[in-house]
Amino acid sequence: MSSINYTDKIPNNVDLSQDKALQRALEHWQPNYLQWWHDLGPEGSQSFDVYLRTAVSVDPQGWAQFGYVKMPEYRWGIFLNPREEGREVNFGEHKGEAAWQEVPGEHRANLRRIIVTQGDTEPASVEQQRHLGLTAPSQYDLRNLFQVNVEEGRHLWAMVYLLHKYFGRDGREEADAMLQRHSGDADHPRILGAFNEKTPDWLSFYMFTYFTDRDGKFQLCALAESGFDPLARTTKFMLTEEAHHMFVGESGISRVIARTCEVMNQLKTDDPAKVRAAGVIDLATIQRYLNFHFSVTIDLFGADESSNAAIFYNSGLKGRFEETKRDDDHRLQGRTYKVLAVQNGQLVEREVPMLNALNEVLRDDYIKDSIAGVNRWNKVIEKAGLPFRLVAPHKAFNRKIGALSGVRVSPDGRVVSEAEWAAHEREWLPSAEDRAFVASLMGRVVEPGKFANWIAPPVMGINRQPVDFEYVRFN
Amino acid sequence: MNAPDTGLLKQHLIDPEICIRCNTCEATCPVGAITHNDDNYVVDAEKCNFCMDCISPCPTGSIDNWRTVPRAKAYTVDEQFGWEALPAELTPDQLAEAGVAAEGEADAAAEGPGGALGASASSSAFGGAEAAAAPGEAAFNSAAFNASLPPWSAAHAYTNLYGPKNPTTATVVGNVKVNEAGTENETHHIVLDFGRMPFPVLEGQSIGIVPPGADASGRPHHARQYSIASPRNGERPGYNNLSLTVKRVTADHQGRPVRGVCSNYLCDLKPGDTVQVIGPFGTSFLMPNHPRSNIVMICTGTGSAPMRAMTEWRRRLRKSGKFEGGRLMLFFGARTREELPYFGPLMSLPKDFIDINFAFSRTPGAPKRYVQDLMRERSADLAGLLKDEDTYVYVCGLKSMEEGVVLALRDIAQQAGLSWDTLGAALKREGRLHLETY
Repeated sequence: MSSINYTDKIPNNVDLSQDKALQRALEHWQPNYLQWWHDLGPEGSQSFDVYLRTAVSVDPQGWAQFGYVKMPEYRWGIFLNPREEGREVNFGEHKGEAAWQEVPGEHRANLRRIIVTQGDTEPASVEQQRHLGLTAPSQYDLRNLFQVNVEEGRHLWAMVYLLHKYFGRDGREEADAMLQRHSGDADHPRILGAFNEKTPDWLSFYMFTYFTDRDGKFQLCALAESGFDPLARTTKFMLTEEAHHMFVGESGISRVIARTCEVMNQLKTDDPAKVRAAGVIDLATIQRYLNFHFSVTIDLFGADESSNAAIFYNSGLKGRFEETKRDDDHRLQGRTYKVLAVQNGQLVEREVPMLNALNEVLRDDYIKDSIAGVNRWNKVIEKAGLPFRLVAPHKAFNRKIGALSGVRVSPDGRVVSEAEWAAHEREWLPSAEDRAFVASLMGRVVEPGKFANWIAPPVMGINRQPVDFEYVRFN
Repeated sequence: MNAPDTGLLKQHLIDPEICIRCNTCEATCPVGAITHNDDNYVVDAEKCNFCMDCISPCPTGSIDNWRTVPRAKAYTVDEQFGWEALPAELTPDQLAEAGVAAEGEADAAAEGPGGALGASASSSAFGGAEAAAAPGEAAFNSAAFNASLPPWSAAHAYTNLYGPKNPTTATVVGNVKVNEAGTENETHHIVLDFGRMPFPVLEGQSIGIVPPGADASGRPHHARQYSIASPRNGERPGYNNLSLTVKRVTADHQGRPVRGVCSNYLCDLKPGDTVQVIGPFGTSFLMPNHPRSNIVMICTGTGSAPMRAMTEWRRRLRKSGKFEGGRLMLFFGARTREELPYFGPLMSLPKDFIDINFAFSRTPGAPKRYVQDLMRERSADLAGLLKDEDTYVYVCGLKSMEEGVVLALRDIAQQAGLSWDTLGAALKREGRLHLETY
């Protein structure tokens, strides 16, 4: 059952109409969702026809169908990957048992917590990005922003479905609460810190989609291993959509770098002031944005040592990245893993039980993946013949969570004094002036095929359309 | 579908400069042909079966890269792991050095995994089955809008060089199935070579095939007419050949089992066999030549042969730097994706070259979609084209589609504030609407 029923009010491939109570409950939630989208979705764009990708089935031919859609009419729905016959719980103490189609009673509270935490991030990013449409550097980028937005909205639907279907009244209350909390709201903030940060400009947006959506990839991959089968199937399909979000970030930064390098070569200068005067973002500022987004995002993986992570793994709820491809016992009892700590003013590695260090395991997998992409950006600079190289900061830099929170560590991994930190903070993290400069470049460019001065055009269009294709019709 | 004997392989590769290593392709590939190391995602040429499942889910477009290489020297997985950029396309000289003929096949293969059959749309002829039917009458008189004159810029067509009494002989030089095995509508792509005999054709024209033998009453079979699926300079450019796309008919219109006389004969032919040919035929269903003309093509199943011919001619002209201005828009209906001929090659045509819209009427679990439904969905774009006097519309396929298509054109025009009476008459008068249904 891979194709999606679009005749129902809520498109789905889960036979929703067979479960009237659930259908009614979700139909009750839907108007609140639409109202939330209206109030906090992309600003001033409700009537545009946007060249969006919509799934008509979850198989390869069906899930990437392109056409013009007004965002409020996007077919948000519930799409699960097909069920895999004979799937088992692949890790933890239940390893080898049949995967669960219903929530096991003893794991109910933890599963709900995992789903709510994941679900809360989805509308948060839409809220964080709501003003960006007003300063898009091109129609191509505007379309990509809107695609990210509608899919984040759909990912919320995915989690809300699980809450409604499997968690009864508590689940419905949690689903309602996701529309009550808002990013940056002093009284009802989003659950995770990074999702209360502002995304004020497009450099931040690209950094967010590169780094923070990549956190999404790793969290979703870990959940796609879950012994709770509906969660695994939902997150598998979400991953296909998440890939586009990371593409927006990776190619966005790459294009910013390419344009900067082009101007540096034209002017034959590496002086940030001259580069800025030419209206492009100097590489040092890009490095500071990178430092910020990298460090804020790796906090999302949680404390280095966590008994919750051990419980989630042991009970088969949340696996490791590519769990089933790993060559070990998938139980991890008696194994250890290295985490960082500060001793005598220096960073040292400590061996801790691996089960308690699973957040760190996932964080390290994420870091490896992130750094590979930073190296691809460096190839752009290398190709332009410039000596500058971007570097991911040390894992301990600017951390707010776990054993490293409150310790001042430089980007190259030295523990530094408060005074040294203060003296260098402006070199390491974006200052108010940096942000103001980047903000000063943000002006809307919407003529097809035209791009803001600070960013290069993409190598190719979306869905192999030409770069000057009319991706958004403003009506 | 890949070229079997040429020694050439259209190798599927991933551009490491664009790929973001998101793993979507590896997760999608049904045959495990995609793998990765810490640096690159790569396609194993031994395993890739050109199913194209990985193409549309890729968010970057990096997956859609192809290089013509000698089959024996396909890039290995290990070689690809070490790449920082895609290698350049091999030159004809390099291919010749490797002992494989590049000309023709390489050109045809250059647009995608269709291999030696090359690019673009196709299907069988008028009556892909048997009868060479002329447009007839219908309740809404759609036929009344059918032009009897060609576009003003069409090339001059030769007709009736060979009649039933003096057919010429052509040699079969290729016969390959072009939709998925096991589908009910098995469709073949057949290439005929005329050797030294003159047989000049234009896109949109048709030829007659005289099947050997006699009918039940002992009379020789009548010739059956098929649209030409290749462009004017040959299926293989510069050779005196053309192609047909023929559906094997195993049931009549009422679904009763019957063996199509000519289609089964053609589908069973082997390279080296000869056939008796008459024609060419057709003086109005011809494509415009001038560089800013737009072509809207609407076809179902076996009606796509002339659309393939026109698309391929435009593709060749575009490759030579001409015809940048005119737009191509295709509406193509079939029962399922598997039954649609040339699905893979069509999908690999650049989006800024042709705007392709598929309608599948029998996809399990999905609502039935017909070409006119798609036309209505794309009414904004179609209305824009209908307002342009340089737009030419071609319809080819089953008789039953004609009325719905012309009604859709009428509604789209009227919704855009155009008078159909005026527009429809102009389309007919100026040779801009051509209907070939059977």
